[in-house]
Amino acid sequence: MTAPLLSLRDVSKSYGQVHANRGVNLDVASHSIHAILGENGAGKSTLMKLIYGVEKPDSGQIMWQGKQLHLNAPGDARQLGIGMVFQHFSLFETLTVVENVSLVVPGDKKDLAQRITVLGAEFGLDVDPMAHVHTLSVGERQRVEIIRCLLTNPKLLILDEPTSVLPPQSVNRLFETLRKLAADGVSILFISHKLEEIRAICDHATILRAGQVVGNVDPRLHDASALATMMIGHDVPAPLAAKPISTGNKHLELIAVDHIHDDPFSVPLKQINLQVRAGEILGIAGVSGNGQSELAALISGEARLHGSEKQRIMMMSRDVTHLNPAARRHLGFAFVPEDRLGQGAVPEMSLTKNSLLTAHSKGLVRHGLIRMRQATAFAKACIATQDVRTPDEHAEAGALSGGNLQKFIIGREMMLAPKLLFVNQPTWGVDIGAATAIRQQLIALRNDGCAILVISEELDELFEVSDHIQVLNHGRLSARFKTVDTKPEEIGLHMIATGDAA
Amino acid sequence: MNAIEFILSGMLAAATPFLLAALGELVAERAGVLNLGVEGMMALGAALAFIVVYNGGGHFEGFIVAALGGIFVSLLFAFVALGLRANQVATGLAIGILGAGLSAFFGKSYESFTVTGLNQIQIPVLSNIPVVGGLFTQDCIVWLSLLASAGLWYMFAYTKIGLLLRAVGENPKAAQSIGYPVIAIRVGAVAFGGLMAGIAGAYASTVYTPLWADGMIAGRGWIAVALVVFGTWMVGRVFLGACLFGMLSLAGTVVQLTGLAIPSQLLASLPYLVTIIVLGIISSNRRLLKLNGIASLGETYER
Repeated sequence: MTAPLLSLRDVSKSYGQVHANRGVNLDVASHSIHAILGENGAGKSTLMKLIYGVEKPDSGQIMWQGKQLHLNAPGDARQLGIGMVFQHFSLFETLTVVENVSLVVPGDKKDLAQRITVLGAEFGLDVDPMAHVHTLSVGERQRVEIIRCLLTNPKLLILDEPTSVLPPQSVNRLFETLRKLAADGVSILFISHKLEEIRAICDHATILRAGQVVGNVDPRLHDASALATMMIGHDVPAPLAAKPISTGNKHLELIAVDHIHDDPFSVPLKQINLQVRAGEILGIAGVSGNGQSELAALISGEARLHGSEKQRIMMMSRDVTHLNPAARRHLGFAFVPEDRLGQGAVPEMSLTKNSLLTAHSKGLVRHGLIRMRQATAFAKACIATQDVRTPDEHAEAGALSGGNLQKFIIGREMMLAPKLLFVNQPTWGVDIGAATAIRQQLIALRNDGCAILVISEELDELFEVSDHIQVLNHGRLSARFKTVDTKPEEIGLHMIATGDAA
Repeated sequence: MNAIEFILSGMLAAATPFLLAALGELVAERAGVLNLGVEGMMALGAALAFIVVYNGGGHFEGFIVAALGGIFVSLLFAFVALGLRANQVATGLAIGILGAGLSAFFGKSYESFTVTGLNQIQIPVLSNIPVVGGLFTQDCIVWLSLLASAGLWYMFAYTKIGLLLRAVGENPKAAQSIGYPVIAIRVGAVAFGGLMAGIAGAYASTVYTPLWADGMIAGRGWIAVALVVFGTWMVGRVFLGACLFGMLSLAGTVVQLTGLAIPSQLLASLPYLVTIIVLGIISSNRRLLKLNGIASLGETYER
């Protein structure tokens, strides 16, 4: 038997007192699609950083094609043929797509632009090579990351949560791509928490828990719940049953909203009508880049409507069209943005101070002075009820893993006891344990009479939580579908239907 | 020679010290490093070049020595701000003061001495056009600064080095993660800034006003820093800004010559006032800033 493409022997890495990886052994065969499974904080990201040369192991060996490997920088890894698609993208926002690619792939821009288009068409990774990255949605940015990696012809491709923002159709096409690549001799390290996907595409899975390898299995031989149990160490609770829909008051209503954002590259919204009643969850489905961020900015109040009298945004039966975000929150509106770091939380500040961002009205501030004891108590309560994995409430928000920070932010907004909650991408990049918890809480809040609007690119998620679904495509919103009477494929058709303006 | 001809023929030379220093600072800032020591680097370059030229070394040698002086000071800045990861603003200010001090120290025994400037080079035919002809009669450093502007514009628009500088300035972490040596690239950009500031100082002291007086740079380095922001980090705009500044400073002289009863202090402050106003207007355009702003400017980068 030939040596595996990549093997790790007894690799350990600690940050201070935290053992991110302990005695990890891993063998990645060539032609293999190899899954790394694990909860948030299980050490997946650290492991990938070691393999990609971003960090060095404290002890242990990394072997590449049977030879000992010493990586000092990602450049070394790239030269050997190790490519990585990051979960938190490593793109340059002020540069165009083709410029981003040309920083990694040699060649002139015209030629590269054509290769990007060809590769995009082949693998369902459509993206305009001349677009500036800052105008792209999260999903489109991920496509750019993947394209950039594929153009370097890697021998080993590391994909960190690659399907988290792709529509179902693109996931299948991506899987075809990955299978093709594997058949061509490229090995793939596939980090995901989506167990069904791992079962569909991976031939081997290494399961990490608390920094240690707890299992090596062929995922095709186990069902999803068995894998989940291995991953989190206990059974996954079943989804919470939703109470029948009670028709409460309209807590959110958008009437005939047309909006063109200042940014000329953004998607114009056309004739958006929607309403969310108390005790109801409305899901907005759609492939990213179809107007989600524009719609979100209008509802949160970050962008304000201008122009015609007929368009209105109503919250709790009040006209809020011209109210700023703070005034809307004052009416009982709470909002969890898509971007956790920067919009949902200040990365450099402690969790306590991040509580103050939106919860200051809950008695955390008096006479303009911060009441540190109350703020600390609020943060502590949020950490406890949400099961946020953090040393304490003084930890910086930026130091938490994505899933843990999301749990904290959602918890913070829920503790405000909102009448209307708007969550944009509730579980993006969040593992199964945390995602299940978040969805259960959304349903529980709905059962208590809150009106909830959820924008998500994960159709499964919307089918799990929503009472009704509408699809956003090319800036237009579809009719309302009752979730229980609708099949995911019907929604999928609306997601990919070509609009009048491409 | 009427006023317009006077302004047109002198504008480029007046703009050159600002332009050279601003182009250098532009490159450093594009890479994400805010070096506020421009004034000091210019002052040191001015003193060194003057000493070389005064002692018979020739202008070419003077410019080389000034450039080396500028690079030396900028590398000192880079060592502290990038190597030791000190705060860039504080380091830049301190290094700038050091440069000014060294300039005064070296120039002490040359106070009010003069040297001869550089010959003008005429572009045939063009320089004979009435009114605008004066634009085409300039010394070689002016021509060089125009070439440098065009070259840097081309570099940022079309070359990999330009792209890399922008990438490093916007997101150093990402640049590192795709395998580029962020610190080395930034040190190079800072050194280029020092080189240009040194040359700008040399031009001021040995060509534009070929005499030595302590403190003769007189805030021109600061204006260069402002011009970079005013130009939203774009070469073309920085060039226009430098010309505007040069033009306004000459306009002040013209108005004084006409004998209008405007206080000379007010006229002297005109270029600064206009710069501040234009800065204000530019920075109110969010979209422009988002497209051209430098995300990591002034931030300490740790691997």
